[in-house]
Amino acid sequence: MAGKTLYDKLWESHLVKELDNGTSLIYIDLHFLHEVTSPQAFEGLRLAGRKPWRASANMATPDHNVPTTTNERSRGVEGIVDPISRIQVKTLDDNCNDFGITEFGIEDSRHGIVHVIGPEQGRTLPGMTIVCGDSHTSTHGALGALAHGIGTSEVEHVLATQCLVQRKAKNMLVKVNGKLKPGVTAKDVILAIIGKIGTAGGTGYTIEFAGDVIRDLSIEGRMTVCNMAIEAGARAGIVAVDDKTIEYLKGRPYAPKGEQWEQAVAAWRNLVSDADAVFDTVVELDGGEIVPQVSWGTSPEMVAPVTGVVPDPASAPTEAKRNNYQQALKYMGLEPGTPITEIKLDRVFIGSCTNSRIEDLRAAAAVVKGRKVASNIKQALVVPGSGLVKAQAEKEGLHQIFIEAGLEWREPGCSMCLAMNADQLGQGEHCASTSNRNFEGRQGFGGRTHLVSPAMAAAAAVFGHFVDVREVELH
Amino acid sequence: MKSFVKEKGLVLPLDRANVDTDYIIPKQFLKSIKRTGFGKNLFDEARYLDKGEPDQDCSKRPLNPDFVVNQPRYQGASILLARENFGCGSSREHAPWALDDFGIRAIIAPSFADIFFNNCVKNGILCIVLDEATVDQLFQETFAQEGYALDIDLEAQTITKPDGSKISFEVEPSRKHVLLNGLDDIGLTMQHAEDIKAFEQRWRERSPWLFA
Repeated sequence: MAGKTLYDKLWESHLVKELDNGTSLIYIDLHFLHEVTSPQAFEGLRLAGRKPWRASANMATPDHNVPTTTNERSRGVEGIVDPISRIQVKTLDDNCNDFGITEFGIEDSRHGIVHVIGPEQGRTLPGMTIVCGDSHTSTHGALGALAHGIGTSEVEHVLATQCLVQRKAKNMLVKVNGKLKPGVTAKDVILAIIGKIGTAGGTGYTIEFAGDVIRDLSIEGRMTVCNMAIEAGARAGIVAVDDKTIEYLKGRPYAPKGEQWEQAVAAWRNLVSDADAVFDTVVELDGGEIVPQVSWGTSPEMVAPVTGVVPDPASAPTEAKRNNYQQALKYMGLEPGTPITEIKLDRVFIGSCTNSRIEDLRAAAAVVKGRKVASNIKQALVVPGSGLVKAQAEKEGLHQIFIEAGLEWREPGCSMCLAMNADQLGQGEHCASTSNRNFEGRQGFGGRTHLVSPAMAAAAAVFGHFVDVREVELH
Repeated sequence: MKSFVKEKGLVLPLDRANVDTDYIIPKQFLKSIKRTGFGKNLFDEARYLDKGEPDQDCSKRPLNPDFVVNQPRYQGASILLARENFGCGSSREHAPWALDDFGIRAIIAPSFADIFFNNCVKNGILCIVLDEATVDQLFQETFAQEGYALDIDLEAQTITKPDGSKISFEVEPSRKHVLLNGLDDIGLTMQHAEDIKAFEQRWRERSPWLFA
């Protein structure tokens, strides 16, 4: 009999029972909540007279819809200017109080983007099943957990039953071999993967990311890769546990301690795919060939190397794709054949659950250091992923580097990744963004997003256009 | 939950691949803490020429006359015809809430994104997967014939075209059962409460650090 994949093991260990018709009842160890997709779920519980099955298995923080300016944040929830946003954030506070759920509110120093603070606190642990009403929950798979996004009805379902009714996904292995060239990062790896398999390439699968390149990435880098599994259509992305995983978690506030730590580590060591495991699909990439990526269109699969040009729709493989390309170019206001480095830029955004961790800020600061934001850039935002990331960056003096260069140093939140708050693009503006989605209107009505790594975004800020970050001298 | 048994209605053809949930319902409307009222902002950025804000009176906003949803011949449609990978992106259930509120009861496409598909079932919206050639044929017929309507029967798993010919479709038995009967998922799972408790006890013994 063939061995098991990591996904098989995670699935089987959480199987409560198999139901009729090929569905299964799966136990959920940890449920993250935020202000945007939870109010209707709590309301549903109230209307049905239900209580959380296990309140301690939940953790909440407001992130999607919070302001990021220091001025607005200094007055806490009451200081949120937009009354509709204020009600939403307050509603989360009230619901967490009413139902006994731990919340890191916006005044808590540990507050931040839910997918940043979970691992940072050691709340995310290997071998867990984790869900959240947010599609980027796949991030937590970097620590060997089975994690995926759910809708609000399922948020209510997990609150009430600690379970989900699910169908097992297929297994996909994405193996990135070799070694990345200097200046090429986790973000470039995942954009290259999505460029290769397409935005629906992973639909119906759980993707395990493996190979020497993935092993060489830090845990933060692996989070960036797993974060965007959903952009390839896969609800969950996972990476096997290794020494780095265990080292990362050791001593974190919510990680197990003492004897339980030893017991947990012993169990976590088994969270790898067996050598003889069989995957339904295997995709391989040569990491040494990946160059810094820039998205040119309105889907994360529309990427090009920074050394390349905006593609000609005539070169698209199918008529449907040709139409897609044409629609995308029209929205983006781009001509085929334009060198990526000549795309005009208006704003820069460094942040989001994809790229707002300390190593992202270090990479961006290294490029910015000793330079100034280019005159054509109207705004360059740096939004740390959490209060603790912000504090660490300030301890290292990174904020001074950004501020001296003319970038804005903000309070943590999702910010311009989805632009629910005031951080938005204007109509027709192009943005070099470290976020995860370049959909039409994603960063603001009529806004045009180019997805890049933190180093590439930082370079775009100071040079005023995309440059190959591999050629930028670091001061 | 709302049930889905049969639906006869006009077809709204949205000829665009990879329609994401930001396109279906833009983020500014997600500030609402309610489940209803999203229909007027369905496809907001394509549907109106200005930028929409929550709690706005949409009846006075300038419509984009080129957008299919605004064309008079498709008014009152309840069946959305779409292209591949419909509903990709964010997990926001506001997308099916907006479709439902607008009056869409079924969606036909060559493929759907996983989370969106699941969210539709929870809201009594039937997502039907048909092969690309069949979907393409339906697009052509819808464009060619004003008042083009389909008759969907979930029990029989058939779509009847205006000429009386039928297309059959697949649906997973468990989803069919839930949709036909409009079942309350949480109530169904609670029937297994003893199994959940027993699992939890075993799991706690094996992984005590998860319950510390």
